[in-house]
Amino acid sequence: MDIQAQIREQVGSHPVVLYMKGTPQFPQCGFSASAAQILKACGVQEFFSVNVLENPEIREGVKQYSNWPTIPQLYIKGQFVGGSDIMRELYQSGELQKLLAESKAA
Amino acid sequence: MQTTVDLMRARLAALEPESLEIADESARHAGHEGAKGGGGHYRLSIVSARFRGLSPVARHRIIYQALGELMHQRVHALSITALSPDEI
Repeated sequence: MDIQAQIREQVGSHPVVLYMKGTPQFPQCGFSASAAQILKACGVQEFFSVNVLENPEIREGVKQYSNWPTIPQLYIKGQFVGGSDIMRELYQSGELQKLLAESKAA
Repeated sequence: MQTTVDLMRARLAALEPESLEIADESARHAGHEGAKGGGGHYRLSIVSARFRGLSPVARHRIIYQALGELMHQRVHALSITALSPDEI
């Protein structure tokens, strides 16, 4: 399976996917730490996270997949949502909580 | 020599910003795992009429597009606040 197909499979088979540097428990970048914290603040206990530092091909591949040059990247129900600044904006406006609630209902 | 901030400023002029602030925060992130491979950390606040009616993702995409290859070379991380004039 090529990298793009692998990413499509990951974001398609999990309702919430976060591509990040490090893990939710041990993030290795401030932006990734903030992204994981926002998901927790929304009440998401478990989400599928991919540590791009362990997989350079995914690290570059996911940037192409979304046409977005930075990590972290959040996907809900297969849709690219944004990076940590956008997650914070959507969290503050309540939209992120709504998106996450809908992802559970499906 | 032109700094990365100078280069970013020149590129972002294409968005005809009403205000544009770029802070270099590289020193705060020096040496951490994610910063390997070089490239600085920057914080950008920009107000432009181009952002009117656009979602946050669309605004960020316009900015990334304007910055072009700088995003892949000299900029490792960029924190963005992008507003339209009627939002300030």
